[in-house]
This record gives sequence, structure tokens and C-alpha cells, in this order.
Amino acid sequence: MTTTVPFAYWLILSFGVFCFGACGFLIRKNALSLLICLELMLSAVNMAFITFARMHMSEGGNILYFLVITVAACESAQGLALMINYFRLKQNIRLDDARALAG
Amino acid sequence: MDHFQALAALMILPPLVGSGLWFWVGRKFGERAVGIGASLALGLSFLATILLFKDVEGSARIIFFDWIRFSADSAVHFGFLVDPLSLALGLVVTGVGTLIHVYASGYMHGDEGFGRFFSYLNLFVFSMLMLVFSDSLLGLFLGWEGVGLCSYLLISFWFSDESNAQAGKKAFVVNRVGDLGFLIAMFALFKAFGSLSVPELLQAIQSGGLDSAQTFWSQVACWGFVLGAAGKSAQIPLYVWLPDAMAGPTPVSALIHAATMVTAGVYLTCRLQPLFLMHVSVLEVLAYVGALTAFFAATIAVFQNDIKKVLAYSTISQLGYMFLAVGLQAPVAAYFHLITHAFFKALLFLGAGSVIHGMHHEQDMRHMGGLRKQMPVTFWTMTIGVLAIAGVPPLSGFVSKDEILHVVSGSHRNVLIGLAFVTAFLTAFYMGRLWIMTFFGKFRGHHEAHESPKSMTIVLMVLAALSILGGFLNWPHLWGGHAYLEEFLKSTVAVLPHSQAPDAFSSSVKLAVGSSLLGLLGLALAFWRYRNFQGEEFQAKFFRLFQNKYYVDEIYDAVVVQNLKRLGSFLWKWVDGFVLDGLLNGSAAVSQRAGMQLRRLQTGLAQQYTFWVWLGVLILIVSVYTVGS
Repeated sequence: MTTTVPFAYWLILSFGVFCFGACGFLIRKNALSLLICLELMLSAVNMAFITFARMHMSEGGNILYFLVITVAACESAQGLALMINYFRLKQNIRLDDARALAG
Repeated sequence: MDHFQALAALMILPPLVGSGLWFWVGRKFGERAVGIGASLALGLSFLATILLFKDVEGSARIIFFDWIRFSADSAVHFGFLVDPLSLALGLVVTGVGTLIHVYASGYMHGDEGFGRFFSYLNLFVFSMLMLVFSDSLLGLFLGWEGVGLCSYLLISFWFSDESNAQAGKKAFVVNRVGDLGFLIAMFALFKAFGSLSVPELLQAIQSGGLDSAQTFWSQVACWGFVLGAAGKSAQIPLYVWLPDAMAGPTPVSALIHAATMVTAGVYLTCRLQPLFLMHVSVLEVLAYVGALTAFFAATIAVFQNDIKKVLAYSTISQLGYMFLAVGLQAPVAAYFHLITHAFFKALLFLGAGSVIHGMHHEQDMRHMGGLRKQMPVTFWTMTIGVLAIAGVPPLSGFVSKDEILHVVSGSHRNVLIGLAFVTAFLTAFYMGRLWIMTFFGKFRGHHEAHESPKSMTIVLMVLAALSILGGFLNWPHLWGGHAYLEEFLKSTVAVLPHSQAPDAFSSSVKLAVGSSLLGLLGLALAFWRYRNFQGEEFQAKFFRLFQNKYYVDEIYDAVVVQNLKRLGSFLWKWVDGFVLDGLLNGSAAVSQRAGMQLRRLQTGLAQQYTFWVWLGVLILIVSVYTVGS
């Protein structure tokens, strides 16, 4: 006998994680933390996708999960590469200092 | 393409093609080829006109194609109206034009712009033929503007001299004033009758039964045409450009500013005679304008020392005679004088050109004198021209001028009669003065004079013959003639009935004797006054008014030109410099300042951009939900 967790809980959890990620993205200084926050948001979205797939008994959400996780992998690889190169250039990865494009 | 179309094309195309040819390859062909070619083009044109004259019975309308289409059933055609009125002037234009082209190939010898000159001259003849033969007012206007353009180009032909360029500009601008009148007249006629075709318009007018709006607009058109004619034919108040137009080469003065273009106004008023007959008051004004112009120009001519200026004022004066005749509803007399004037004035101008050529470009009569020995051909032909214009029987000028005087004395308007007869006397006087100052007395020049080449003198002789015989074109019935011109023109213009009074013959002879005595008296007075001319001037202060041409140029300058300049400077400095530039620079400054403020948003911080994006998304979501519910 298994008790299922209601869909609403899943969605609230997903929303909470997304907000954590979003706030972290806006307030952290370290670029590495920003990347982690991005991943957090993507994971939250994935959680929501799977929940909806369950809710509507359709496979679309599951398929999108695989797509998102793939894109997320690529994105973090790119982000890490950027970080490394930026570090080589400036000896740090603080985003406050990266404002060469200021108007 | 039928017979008439081919002839009309043969008439109008050679000058047009020639014009393009001489302009681009004139230098390569060399002077001889260009001179002969340009004259040949005109000769062809003349031949075609003669053939048309021979073949067309009555009048013919030759339509080439639809030019401008207004609706399914109305259009302006590109076509020719070949009738006595246009043929008579067409023959003069091409005939005298050919002679002047031949003359010019001698006169312009060695000029740097030889090809350019003949290009313009050919283009002028093309435009003039357009003007004369076109069957629509639009085509007429095309020619009207074309001759104006060629006149401008040829007056300022030697444009490296500032004053020549100024003279061309003056002619162009003054003519523009007249052209405005022509344009307004066209608009008015189109508004009234919905057509620009001359035969249709005249038919609509002659059929009568016009409503009040049509009458009003046709009167507006009349005034517009009078203004246009005054501009092109150098009448008061727009005559000021013609004396200055003498800056151009002499063949140009002969062809454009004496024989053909300046008579366009007379042609126009004759062509649209039914329109003017509807509004007799306009004709009345035209008669007075003509008489006044004739008189004033003659008084100025007496005091000019430049040989070409004398002839220019004389031309204005003779054109005044023509308008006087038109105004008194005697278009045949006007046309007759137009034709004979084309002969003897072309002769006089070309003779003057020959003198100028022989005197190495000296135009001041005070530095001439005694030339009858050095230039015998020029002297004898000029003598014929002078006698013709002075009205000595039986030369052409006598017959045509006598006809106008006859019309005037029949009109019972004392002012006009007085002006016409005084002008006839003055004409003889200033022409006698010109003749005596140039050919008699002691030689007062600096260089030895020489006779002109054959190509020039032969033309002079031909024109002299025409000046003698031209009178027989319309020798009156009363004197046992046939009045060919009158019989010819009768079908297109209304002719005044001849007096059938028993004393008609004796009174006309009295008039003729009187007018020729007047002419001889003028010549004799000039001979008495100038036979021992040594360069002295008229001393009396009263004559200053005439010497300074009634200060008309000065008045125009003060009233019109200076004020226009002031307006221009106001528009430039204030409206353009302050208002327009201010608006432009102001809007530029505003956007620049706004940009300076807005650039602060661009911090370069990725996180801040993210924040703005998310804020936007949030606002979108919230608004979608609130609006949706």
C-alpha cells in the first residue's frame, strides 16, 4: 500500500526550488554560484514537467525532461568554459567587475 | 502613315535630329559640315512646309498619337493643325530660318561653340514649329516654353561674359511671368470646356450658348493669354527683356528676337480670335497696349547708340503695331505686318550683324560712319531695309504698315490714331539716324572695316528682294492688287468688311501719301540732323528721360527685384536659418540629451539585465491574468 504525494506538493516544491534559484541568480556574486542557480532552476522546471506528465497521463512532459536535461548539460559545459577563460583573463570570476559593456 | 503625316514628320524632325547631332558630334564634323548640315535640315523642313502648303486644301488636322489621356473618351492628341494661319507663319519660320542659318554659318566662323550654336538654333526652329503647328494648347505651350529656353540659351551663348549671362537670365525670368498667364489661361479653358484641343475649343466657343461660368473662365483665359503674349512678344509691361536680349549673337537676334519667336504672341491672339471676339474689352486693352508700346519703344529707339539696341526697340515698336491691329480686330493686317516685318527686320538685323562683323565686333554707332564705301553690299541691302521699315512705297513695310494705319484711322479712336502716326514718323527718324550714322559721314572707328563673306551677303540680297516684293503678298484690292494673304487667311480668321464707300479709293490714297510723306519727312530730318555727326549728344535735359529709357529698368529693380531679393533673404536667413534649422537642430539636441540619460540603464551588469527581463515577464504574467479575469 503506497500513499501517493499529491501533485500540488510537487508543484509547490518545484516553485520553491525555482524561486531559490532565481533569487540566488540575482544576488550571488560568484559566477560559479550563478551557474549552480541556473541548474537549480532547470531542475525545478523539470520536476514540474514530470508532475504535469503524471497529472495528464501523457508522455510529453517526460520527453521534454530529457530535452531540458541535455540542453542544461551543454549550457553548464559552456558556462564552465567561459568561467575558466574569464578567470585566466582577470584572475577572478566576480560578475560585478565584468561590466565592460556599461553604457 | 499617310501622306500628310509623312510631310509633317519631315517638316518637324530634321531640326530636332540635327539639334542632337550638332550638340554631340559637332566638333568632330567640323565647321563646314555642321553649317551645311544645319542649313540643310532647315531646308528640308522648308521644303516639307511648302509641300504641305501645296497639298493641304483648307485646313487639315494631322494626329500622330494620343498624348495624355484623361478618360476613355477624352485625351490630348499629339497632332498638328495645318491651316492657313499656321502655314503662313510656318513658311516664314522655316524660310527665313533657312536664310539665317546660312548667314550664321558665315557669321559664327571660328567660334569655339560652333556646333553648340547650331544645335540650339535647330532646337529653336523645332520648338517654333511645335508652337505654330500644334493642334492643342498643350503642344503650343511645349513649343512656347521650348522657344523660351532656346532664347535663353542663345542670349547667354557667350556665357563667359557675366553681362550676357545676366541678360539671358532676365529674358528667362520675365518670360516666366508671361508663361504664368499662359498656364492660368490653359487651366481656365480646361475648366470651362474640358478640352485643350484648339479646334474643339474654338468650335465650342463659336457654337455659342455658353453659361455664365464658361463666360467667366474664358474671360480669365483671355487675360492670361494677353499676359502671355505680352511676355513673349515684348509688350508693356514685360518688354524689358528684349533690348537686353541683344547680348546674343546677331543671327539669333534676327531669327528669334525679330522674325519669329517674338511674333508668337501675335500668332496666339490670331489663332484664338473667336475667344477674344467674345471679350471685346480685352481686345480694346490689347489695342491700347500695342499703341503705347509702339510709341514708347520708338521714343527710346531714337536715343540709343548701340546699333542692335536701336533695332531691338524698333522690333518692340513694330510688334506694338501688330497688337494694335489685333486689338482692332484686324488680324490679317497684323499677320501681314508680321510677315513683312520678318523680312525687313531680319534683313536689318543681319545687315547690322554684317556691319558688326566687318567692324570687328564694334556695336556703337558713334564709332562707325562712312561704311558705304567699305561695305557696298551691306550698305545697299540695309538701305532697302531702312526704306521698307520707314514706309517708303512700294516696299513691303509701306504696304503692311499702311494697312494697319488704315485700320487705325477707321477706328475713330483719336489716341490710337495719334500714337500710330507719331510712331510712324519716329520709326522713319530713328532708322534714318541709324542708316546715316553707320554709312555716311566720316569713318570714326579704330579698325579698318571689311565687307562680309559671300554666305552672309547673298542672304542679305535675298532678304532685300523679299523686303521689296513682300508687299505684293497682300497688295489691297483697292489698288488693283489681289490681296493673296487676305484671301488665304479668310477661312480661319474673321476679317473686317471693307469700306464700300465711293471715296474709299481716294481716302486710302490720301492716307498712303500722308504716311509715306511722314516716313520721308522722318528720313529727311534724320539726314539733316546727322549728316555731319561727330559724336555730339542731345544736350537738353528733357531728353534724359528717353536716354534712360523712362527709368523703367530702375523702377522694376526698385519695386520688384529688390523686394524679391529682400523676401529671398528673409526666407533664407529667418525661415530657413532660424525656423527650419532650429527645428532640426533642436530635435537632434533633444534626442541627444535623452540618450545621455537613457544610457545609464546600460550598466553592463548581467544580473541587472536579468532582473529587468524577469520583471518584464512578471508584469506580462500578472497583466495577462488580471486582464483575462
